[in-house]
Amino acid sequence: MIEARDLTKSFGGKVAVDHLSFTVQPGRVTGFLGPNGAGKSTTMRLILGLDRPSGGEATIDGKRYADLVNPLRTVGALLEAKSVHTGRSARNHLLFLAQTQGLPASRVDAMLELVGLREVARRRAGGFSLGMGQRLGVAAALLGDPQILLLDEPVNGLDPEGVLWIRNLMKHLASQGKTVLVSSHLMSEMAVTADHLIVIGRGRLLANASTEDVIARGSGQSVRVRTPDPGRLTALITAEGGSAVPAANGNGEGNGTTDHAPVLTVTGVPAARIGELAASAGIVLHELTPQLATLEDAFLELTADSLEFGHLGTDLPGETASTGPATAGQATAGQATAGQATAGQATAGQATAGQATAGQASQPSKGSVR
Amino acid sequence: MSVTPVTTDSVASTDQPWQGRRAGFGHDMLAEWTKIRSVRSTLWTLIIAIIVIVGFTALISWVVVANWNGPHAAARDARAISDPTSIIYGVAIYLGQLAFAVLGVLVVTTEYSTGVIRASLLAVPKRYTMLAAKVVVFTLVMLVLAEIISFGSFFVGALILHNHVSVSLSDHDVLRATFGAGLYLVGFGLFALAIGVLIRHTAGAISVAVAVAFVLPILTGLLPDTSFFNHLNAYLPEQAGSQIYLVRPTGIPLLSAWQGLGVLAIYIVVLLGIGAYLFDRRDA
Repeated sequence: MIEARDLTKSFGGKVAVDHLSFTVQPGRVTGFLGPNGAGKSTTMRLILGLDRPSGGEATIDGKRYADLVNPLRTVGALLEAKSVHTGRSARNHLLFLAQTQGLPASRVDAMLELVGLREVARRRAGGFSLGMGQRLGVAAALLGDPQILLLDEPVNGLDPEGVLWIRNLMKHLASQGKTVLVSSHLMSEMAVTADHLIVIGRGRLLANASTEDVIARGSGQSVRVRTPDPGRLTALITAEGGSAVPAANGNGEGNGTTDHAPVLTVTGVPAARIGELAASAGIVLHELTPQLATLEDAFLELTADSLEFGHLGTDLPGETASTGPATAGQATAGQATAGQATAGQATAGQATAGQATAGQASQPSKGSVR
Repeated sequence: MSVTPVTTDSVASTDQPWQGRRAGFGHDMLAEWTKIRSVRSTLWTLIIAIIVIVGFTALISWVVVANWNGPHAAARDARAISDPTSIIYGVAIYLGQLAFAVLGVLVVTTEYSTGVIRASLLAVPKRYTMLAAKVVVFTLVMLVLAEIISFGSFFVGALILHNHVSVSLSDHDVLRATFGAGLYLVGFGLFALAIGVLIRHTAGAISVAVAVAFVLPILTGLLPDTSFFNHLNAYLPEQAGSQIYLVRPTGIPLLSAWQGLGVLAIYIVVLLGIGAYLFDRRDA
């Protein structure tokens, strides 16, 4: 179990990790999510004793990292930053690590075999591709058969095959009852790998809950309503305590629909109640679609105020987190995100970078989450 | 590259025989030995050390022999007779110390430049322990190599000179100077290692080592010939330490051979102490 208590780290007055407290439980993959610069790597370095906390403490099974006996047999870590001597062979890199833990050379060879680096074991690590380097990092992390694993952006830059490999590895390790903490700024990746999420922004804890909860809680529910009589319906909804606003991209242009009735985005009133209100007042509805948030939406909602580049772009019109198929409104959050993940991480990248992209305007809107 | 399926058998190993064993300082030293022998810079630097030290010994001894009784050679011939070791490794060790300094710097700074320091510290998070293992292994490995080089250099020089000058290890202070030459090389390598721990950058640390060994003595040599400045000069790391490989120092030395080596040792201990303290406190 990993535990952070009031963990704080500042670099020359700039606070990177701000009174962070959380625990990471065994038996599941815990995603450590946050925008770039949120303090994920620093937090991991603090847990691993590479950086000295300015305040608070991080413990592993109740001990500081430096107090662990044979630490690699308790904790395996894959850091984002390079940590291999470019002139040293893969085998010698693992060998010296194994020797510090009293592990035999046979364990090194077994790990090289496991990650598929046996043929290049005696080649200098400096000539390795990104994927091979990552495999070597995984071999080093698993060397001591640790119960706890920390992986910092493990899929960054990997090809789909490598991403899948890492993903399956993490799930497999968690299924063995190990503690797995994996950081990422890719929400789509976390949606398919993590069971639990710790979300941080600007060094502060934003959420610590199951992936489902984060999605559900993140942006609340909204309902997309198409009606030729928006004025009356809006009045009814407002009387119910909800709010109804004309939806951005509301006319459904490019939607393939010929229906030009106005579209409202309703929050605060569930879809069923909207239907009842409309029926009792005799208002015609053309569409009534509950909007389920995706992890992207939830993440953006959570981190909107904590992005390093501030609020730039958040007020642009057409701000939507695009979620795939035309009937996305009906798709469950899990399906939608999984679909994205297979399609590539581009969506996630776009969403973090700018939130509003030109391409999304012509796509069917799943409704603004805001 | 094929994707190896992850299976329970290959990752889990709860019944491995090594499970219960507890690694100690010996394991840390073994790891440092693996590190030092598994990078090419070690081999290349040692080859350069051998070429420079044994090469210059042979070259200078040969020049002396070739010009024996030649014009303007009287003073040099006299020195070769009175102190053959000064011909044999006076210059060679002075130049060769740089190779040992480079090696001392590199064993620390390449950990930072390549980032392997992070892997090292994850494996051995007790930083004083890790640095101690590195220092001990560096000292032992360099001592063996430096003694081979200094004795090799002596025998090569003595062989080239033997028609004109006879010198043997049993001569007064010659064994001490030859063994001492090896000690000095290790000492200066350690001095550079300590600078590497303090500065953490290869170029910067090597520059400082070069300045200490070659530039500082020249600068202090320009100072007025007063007791204070003479002492200042004598207590510089290179000046003090080099007494150990001089059989007949020029003038009246302020420090004896072993005193001089002791002064160098104090520099090393103090710098390593400060370096270790900072190493323990700094973010890696």
